[in-house]
Amino acid sequence: MITLNVNGESHQFDVSPEMPLLWAIRDKLNLTGTKFGCGHAMCGACVVHLDGEAARSCSIMVGEAAGKRITTIEGISGPVAEAVTHAWQSLDVVQCGYCQSGQIMSAIVLLNENKNPTDEDINLGMEGNICRCGTYVRIRRAIHQAAKALA
Amino acid sequence: MRVNLATLPFFDFSRREFLKGAAATAGAFVLGAYIPFSREAFAQEQGPAKGPYDPNLFLKIEIDNSVTLISKHFEMGQGVTTGLATLVAEELDADWSAMRFAFAPNDPAVYNNLVFGPVMGTGGSTSMAESWEQARKVGAAARMMFVGAAAAKWNVPASGIKVEMGVISNGSGHRATFGELAADAMKTPVPTEIVLKPPQQWQLIGTRLPRLDSKGKTTGTAVFAGDIRRPGMLTAVVRRPEQFGAKPVSFDASEAKKLAGVVDVVQISRGVAVLGTDTWAAMRGCDALKVTWDASAAEKRSTSEILAEYRQLAGQPGLVAPGRGDAAAGMARAAKTLEAEFTLPYLAHAPMEPLNCTLEVHGDGAELWSGCQLQSIDQLVTAQVLGLKPGQIKIHTLLGGGSFGRRGNPMADWVVEVSEIAKAIKGRAPVHLVWTRDDDIKGGFYRPLVLHRVKVGLAANGTITAWQHRVVGQSIFMGTPFERMAVKNGIDASTIEGVIDTSYELTDFAVDVHNAKSPVPVLWWRSVGHSHTGYVMETVIDEIAQATGKDPVALRLELLAKQPRDAAVVRLVAEKAGWNRPFPRGKGRGRGFAYHQSFGTRVGMVAEVSLTPETVKIERIVAAVDCGVAINPDVVTAQIEGAIGFALSTALRNQVTLREGVVEQRNFDDYEPTRMREMPEVEVHIVGSQEWPSGIGEPGVPPLAPAIGNAIFAATGKRFRSLPMGLKTLA
Repeated sequence: MITLNVNGESHQFDVSPEMPLLWAIRDKLNLTGTKFGCGHAMCGACVVHLDGEAARSCSIMVGEAAGKRITTIEGISGPVAEAVTHAWQSLDVVQCGYCQSGQIMSAIVLLNENKNPTDEDINLGMEGNICRCGTYVRIRRAIHQAAKALA
Repeated sequence: MRVNLATLPFFDFSRREFLKGAAATAGAFVLGAYIPFSREAFAQEQGPAKGPYDPNLFLKIEIDNSVTLISKHFEMGQGVTTGLATLVAEELDADWSAMRFAFAPNDPAVYNNLVFGPVMGTGGSTSMAESWEQARKVGAAARMMFVGAAAAKWNVPASGIKVEMGVISNGSGHRATFGELAADAMKTPVPTEIVLKPPQQWQLIGTRLPRLDSKGKTTGTAVFAGDIRRPGMLTAVVRRPEQFGAKPVSFDASEAKKLAGVVDVVQISRGVAVLGTDTWAAMRGCDALKVTWDASAAEKRSTSEILAEYRQLAGQPGLVAPGRGDAAAGMARAAKTLEAEFTLPYLAHAPMEPLNCTLEVHGDGAELWSGCQLQSIDQLVTAQVLGLKPGQIKIHTLLGGGSFGRRGNPMADWVVEVSEIAKAIKGRAPVHLVWTRDDDIKGGFYRPLVLHRVKVGLAANGTITAWQHRVVGQSIFMGTPFERMAVKNGIDASTIEGVIDTSYELTDFAVDVHNAKSPVPVLWWRSVGHSHTGYVMETVIDEIAQATGKDPVALRLELLAKQPRDAAVVRLVAEKAGWNRPFPRGKGRGRGFAYHQSFGTRVGMVAEVSLTPETVKIERIVAAVDCGVAINPDVVTAQIEGAIGFALSTALRNQVTLREGVVEQRNFDDYEPTRMREMPEVEVHIVGSQEWPSGIGEPGVPPLAPAIGNAIFAATGKRFRSLPMGLKTLA
C-alpha cells in the first residue's frame, strides 16, 4: 500500500510504486482537473505541486511522491492562487481549456518564486507548458495582472 | 469502415417552426424548433422527453431564473457556446450572469447544421453564420411569450411591458422575473411572426461578454470527454500498425496478460486493444503486446517517393476546374513569366487532449460520451458496429480539449474503435478508449501533403496576363459521407479552395488538379485547403510584387479594386501596422504582408521578424479581420491570437514525414507546437460591420505563414517556397 497526501487528505492505494502519479490522481482519486497531454514531461498539462514545487505528474512515480504534499488544481488556495485564477477569468484566457490547469499550476509557482516577473521570466517559467490553442498572449497578460494584484 | 450517409434518409429541412417543449420540467419554460418529418432514423429519444430537459430545445429557463442555452454546437475552444448564448440573451433581454450552457443530444431534426446538414455537426467555421438568425429568433420568441404571459396575468397592454436583465415589468408597478413567469409563458402560444431587434438596439451583440466556460476551465471542474468515469469502466489502449493500411493478423498477449491490471486483449479491425483497470495498466499492456501485421496493402513509400510521384503528376494536365478567361492566350501575351513549385507537408492536428471516448452498452442500446464534433456521424458508426439502430445510441457531447478538425472525422475512426472493442467484450463493461500522444501524432487523418505548381504571365507594364495553377494532393472528401457536397467532376473543392475562389481579379485563370492516392488517411485541418492555398497564393503575390517592382500592399489593392470588403481589410491592417512608414530594418529585420479570405472571413496580417543566420524571431503580428458582425469582439480577437500561435510552429517546423511508410515523428519533441517564448506580440483590429457574420475559428490560420515568409524574404532575400521553413527560434 502506498499513502499519498493529496490536497491535504491522506489516501491509500494498492498500486505499483512505479505507477505515474498522474494516473493515480486521475484514475484512482478521480481528480480529473490534472490532464494527460504527452506522457513524457514535454507539455505541462499534468503539472501539480509537490511540496510547493511544479512537478510533471506523468513522469513522477507514486513511490517518489509518497510522503510529499501533493496539490492539484482542485486543491489550490491562498492569495497567489486566487490572483492567478481571477486574472485568468477576467481576461478570458481559456479557449479549449485543456492545458489551462497545468498553465495555472506553473504560473502559481512562478509567482510564488518571483513577485514581479519580467517577460523573460515568464518565458522561462512557462516554457514547459504547451497551449495548442495559442493563448500565450493572454497567459502572459494574466501573469502580469496577477503580479500587479498581489503587489 | 465505410460510413454511408446514403443509408440515412434525406429530408426537406427548409420547413422550420418553433415549438414549445413537449414535456418541460414543472415551472420551467422551454423552447425549441421542430422540423416536421419522421425522426425515427435520427432521434436518440423519441416521444415525450424523459430526462431533465426535452431534447427538442434550444433554451431552458428555470424557476431559479437561470437561462440555459442548449448548444447544438460543439465547444472545442472557439467560444461557440458564449456566442450562441449571446444571440439568445440579446433578443430575450436576459441577464448575462444568469446564462448557462449545456450540450444538445444528437437530433439533426432539431439541431441540423443549416449549412452542411442534414447532420448535427460543427465545423467549417459555420456555427455563428448558420445560427445567426435561428438563435436570435429563439430568444425573441421566448421574450414575446413572457411579455404575452405578463400582459395576461397583470391584465395590462403588452405594449407597455418591457424586459430588462431578465426582469419583466411595466410602468404601473408590475414586476416579475423570468423564473416567476416561466410557467405562464409556457401556456402562451408560440408567436409565428418574430421581429428581431434592429442593430442599433443591440445591447450584448458586439460587446465583450465574459466566456461562459472560463470558470470551469480555470478550476479543474470542466468536464472533458476524458474525464468521464462510469461504474466498472475498463480503459482501452490500442496498438495500431506502423504503416497505414496494414491489418492485424494475430497477436501474442501472454506478456501483456501477466501485468497487474490488464483484464483483456481483443483484436479489432485496425489493431489490437488492451483493456485494463486503469490507463497505466492498459498502456503497459499495449507496450508488451506482440502483433503480426499484414502490410500487403500498406503505404510503404517514404515522403520523398510520394513527392516524386506528385512531381510526375504535376507534369501532366489534370482535372480542369471551372476557371476564367483564357489562360493559355494570356500566357502567350506575357512579356515574362514567373514559375514556382511549392510543397506543404502532412500535418497532425495534435489537440492537447488526445482522442478518447467512453461507450457503455445496455440491453436496449448504448451511450457514447465523447468530444463529438459530428454527433450524427458518431451515432451512426456506433450503431453500425453494434448492429443497433441510430436511435438506440445516446450521444453525450462533452467539452473537447481542442480539435482543429480531428474530432470531426467523417470516418469517426476512434468511435469505430471503441465500438469494436465494446462489441468484442460483448458489452460487459463500459469501455474508455484512450489514445496516447504517440498514437495521435502517428495516427493519420492528416492535413494532406500537397504540391502546387504556379505559372504567372506578366506584361511588360507588370500587369498579370495569365495565372495557371496546378495542385496535386489527396482528396479529403472522396469516400466520405460528405462527398457529394464537396466533390464535383472528380475535383474536391477543398483541394483548391483559396485558389479558385480567390478575391484577386485574375481574368485569364486556369486551375487543375491531380488526385493522388495513398493509404495515409487525410482530413480537414484548421482552415482545410486554405491552410496550403493561402500560403501559395500570398507567396506568389509577393513574388509578383517583387518581380514587377510594386509595393505588396499596392499590388493587392490593385487586384482587389472590385472587392471593397477585402480591400478595406488590406487598407486597415496596412494603416495599423504603419506600412507606409519606413520600417527600421536594421540587421536582419523584415516586414511582410499577407491577406486571405476563407469561410467568408477576410484576414490581413503584417509580420515583423528579425533573423540571425540560424534563427528567426517573430516580433509582432498586426492583424485586421472582417467577419461581418463581430458577435463577441473579444472572442474574435482571441481566435486570431490563437490561430497565430497555432500556425506559427507549422510555418517554422511541424511536419509529418514517412520513412518506408512509417511516421517519423511521435510526440511534442519532434512535432513541437509553439511555445510561450516564441509567441509574438499580437494586435487585432476588427472591421465594424453589420454584414451577416462569418466564421472566426479558422480564418486566422492561412495568412500567418505567408506573412512571415514574405517578411523573411524582405529581410534576407531568401524565399521559402515550401513549408516548414525549417527555421529555429531563439532559445
